[in-house]
Amino acid sequence: MKETSDYEKDLFSIRTMMERSVKFLSLSGLSGILAGTYALLGSMVVYFILYFPNSPFGFRFHYIDEKSTLLRLILVALFVLIFSLSTGYLLSVRKAKKLSMPIWNFASKQLLADLFIPLASGGLLIIILLAQGYYGIVAPSCLVFYGLALIHGSRSTYEEVRYLGLIEIGLGLACAIFPGFGLIFWALGFGVMHMVYGSIMYFRYDR
Amino acid sequence: MRNPFENLDKVLEHSVRLQIMSVLVANDSYDFNSLKEIMGITDGNMASHMKALEREKYISVIKSFKDRKPNTKYKATERGRSIFKKHLDGLEQLIRQQKK
Repeated sequence: MKETSDYEKDLFSIRTMMERSVKFLSLSGLSGILAGTYALLGSMVVYFILYFPNSPFGFRFHYIDEKSTLLRLILVALFVLIFSLSTGYLLSVRKAKKLSMPIWNFASKQLLADLFIPLASGGLLIIILLAQGYYGIVAPSCLVFYGLALIHGSRSTYEEVRYLGLIEIGLGLACAIFPGFGLIFWALGFGVMHMVYGSIMYFRYDR
Repeated sequence: MRNPFENLDKVLEHSVRLQIMSVLVANDSYDFNSLKEIMGITDGNMASHMKALEREKYISVIKSFKDRKPNTKYKATERGRSIFKKHLDGLEQLIRQQKK
């Protein structure tokens, strides 16, 4: 016959298996669409800072190595990031409530950890290179590292996140091939792709 | 108080089968490879336990193809769910009784 501690071990293993196997499905398609919209709005602001009234494919009025321009660009990027993250968080809380699932479980913590490591290392690398004057590196590496983070994180959430990650990496590499068009690729990767992905997810899972 | 051993299930005595059932009860369905990954056991070992659970009608098997590769999915049956729940109740009762 088993000992009491064996039964306790059984109960414990049930709990861990259940937590580990459940994926984080509270990501909302709507937050993808909104994050894409913020990114596109941000890209428009950047366009007005850098190019206006010329076309975004053409001549730039300001070079990024002017301190004030760089500062303004960083501000825009930060705003987009903060708005996207808070929208994503709020909508996930709402969806978790609807699915009567906890927002903090093994899967969501794993997802955050998976996203955090590639994003933080990419972010630090970009800041370091930016400080040394390598401005051209920003747009492609943002996309590539974001793509890697998504692929890494996709194991604890919807499978489709993986494909979004692959596309972001492809866009990042293409962006590196065509220097000077960073804004276009950035708007495609963070704006358009998020909106496309968000709508697909919305129609597939949220309705 | 009723004998808690009545609730315990012979098939679920084995910890691998118990763990497989907990994954299938918590999720709508689960495929063979992902299940193997979180369990951390070999193909053959998993397959034999899945067969045992299937024979007892605790789980049902859905075979399909994904990208032309066979993709086997498992689902807990109603019977499997209720036996699993009873087994859990039995475990809880046992621990409570022996703690007293």
